[in-house]
Amino acid sequence: MPGLVQHLFTNYYETAAVVLFGIGFTTLLMHRNLLKKIIGFNFMDSAIYLYLASKGYIAGRLAPIVSGENADPARYINPIPTGLVLTGIVVSVSVTAFLLALTCRLYDRFHTLDIDEITRLARKEQV
Amino acid sequence: MALVQNFPFITIVFSLTCGVLCAVLPGRGAKRLCLGWLALTTAMSGAVLRFTLTTDGSFLYRMGKWGAPFGNELRVGVLEALMATAFSGVMLLSLLGGMRHIFADCEPGKVNLYFTMCALLMSSLFALIYTNDLFTAYVFVEINTIASCALVMLRSSDRTLVATTRYLIMSLLGSGLFLLGIVTLYGITGELLLESIAEKVQALFAAGQYSLPLTVIIGFFSVGLAVKSALFPFHSWLPDAHGSATPSSSAILSGLVLKGYIIVLIKIFYRVFGLEIIVSEQVSRFLLLFGVLAMLVGSVNALRERDLKRLLAYSSVAQVGYIYVGIGLHSELGMVAACVQILAHALTKPMLFICAGGFMDVSGGHKDLAAITGAGLRDPLGGAAFSVGALSMMGIPFFAGFVTKLELARGALEAGPVTLGITFAALAVSTLLNALYYIPIVFNLYTRPRDGAWAGVRQRYHWEYAAALAAFIALNLGFGMGSDWVVGAIRRGLALFGM
Repeated sequence: MPGLVQHLFTNYYETAAVVLFGIGFTTLLMHRNLLKKIIGFNFMDSAIYLYLASKGYIAGRLAPIVSGENADPARYINPIPTGLVLTGIVVSVSVTAFLLALTCRLYDRFHTLDIDEITRLARKEQV
Repeated sequence: MALVQNFPFITIVFSLTCGVLCAVLPGRGAKRLCLGWLALTTAMSGAVLRFTLTTDGSFLYRMGKWGAPFGNELRVGVLEALMATAFSGVMLLSLLGGMRHIFADCEPGKVNLYFTMCALLMSSLFALIYTNDLFTAYVFVEINTIASCALVMLRSSDRTLVATTRYLIMSLLGSGLFLLGIVTLYGITGELLLESIAEKVQALFAAGQYSLPLTVIIGFFSVGLAVKSALFPFHSWLPDAHGSATPSSSAILSGLVLKGYIIVLIKIFYRVFGLEIIVSEQVSRFLLLFGVLAMLVGSVNALRERDLKRLLAYSSVAQVGYIYVGIGLHSELGMVAACVQILAHALTKPMLFICAGGFMDVSGGHKDLAAITGAGLRDPLGGAAFSVGALSMMGIPFFAGFVTKLELARGALEAGPVTLGITFAALAVSTLLNALYYIPIVFNLYTRPRDGAWAGVRQRYHWEYAAALAAFIALNLGFGMGSDWVVGAIRRGLALFGM
């Protein structure tokens, strides 16, 4: 057990990322307010980017921006996770925009942000 | 490299292009472009299928000729080509069959966006089928999510708005878990291409290292993709989303979108982890259990439902259960059954949804079971197609659904006695339940309504609706009777998966 705790402290970036992911995930799943759900979603995705970025980082090395001829891979950090983070940010920005647009329309129709209340109102209208 | 080997790449990238073009074209032009392109992709995927069958091998397509570990790859084998052909064909027919509803349901001037979303969806389905790279799979999973939510939403009503929001939220939870699985796996192995990950995972597993993280990762993938493909108990979003959309959307979502995620899961299970690890981690037991529960719960809910489209949506929950039971049998025969079910359901459920749309036409726009009494008399072709679909869902021989049940039973015979008992019991009960809710609907379709409601209404057949239904009936019967060929192709495809 002490070994496990020590691992958690050595890899504190990853630990923090997983804790943040948990917070975001539960907010997205449990919270009734749509805006807070969206914030939770962004928490969740940012946590994953933190995890990825920390995986690609190698202490004491440079950002992988190569200029000139002397490109020695040993001087730079691993560029692939950085690329993945950038791609992931694009994805989560577009999903956030979509969710926000949906939330705007729902608020226009129902004048509330509470998803349970909205579901109830929509069901009542049907009947 | 033969010309035909470029087709998978072309179908993915040009579907995206087609989507962008549809966004700037007027409605009719977008429709023509989208339908034409889908017909072309079906033909191209068919050519790829023929190529893989004749060469009896799979090939890698390296984007920009960059090899591993830098490049991004597509992998094409018999199974992938078969799925791609079937999916684009079903997409084309679903759009054709519900065309009148699409134009009626979308806000005026926004019809072209519907075809944009369809093209994007098709592109993401092709990419999910062919890709050999996990992160590419994630990106296209998200494109798939956004496009399918938009397909639900384009019929603007309060109910679809709420359904879309709930669908999107559940999907995001699923893709969050999927992404976490990918990055954790990347953290351990440092690879993204399936083969390279597989090598490292096998080495780690043989050395007994990282066994807990690997189990957790399998859990992330399974739960994440199960949420997205509406496996019980994560199915709550499905009936709302599929029940309230326009018929074509429901057909596409039920028939194809759910399957795209399952194909990704199958690829991860069998090409990254391999059968042995999956069995030793006991994952398949959970999938079998939840698959069986989905078969029963979906059918019981469908039995209680009075709204035709929601009933069909609940039936989809049950049918997805069959696929997971096939995967959960953790044998080659079980996988064959799962793939057969993916195809059989993709051929059957869209037809039923299109028929439901036709019945709404002749019943004053209503879709509850009482209102569609006699709809089969007013829309004979729709009635015939619905009967075929219902018989197929029950698993009557000569229809597509029978092949699944046969293959599942064959797969179960190979498994242990407990699994065998559970699977057989579940198959029997679920067949009975299917019959209990499909047969009354079929009878109801051919009963003359007592109050003579909608008596004078007749379906005004448009060639699109008629052609789509005729093609669906032919495909369903063809699949049911020519199942040997399909099962043989699936078997060869799975062999190429390295099972």
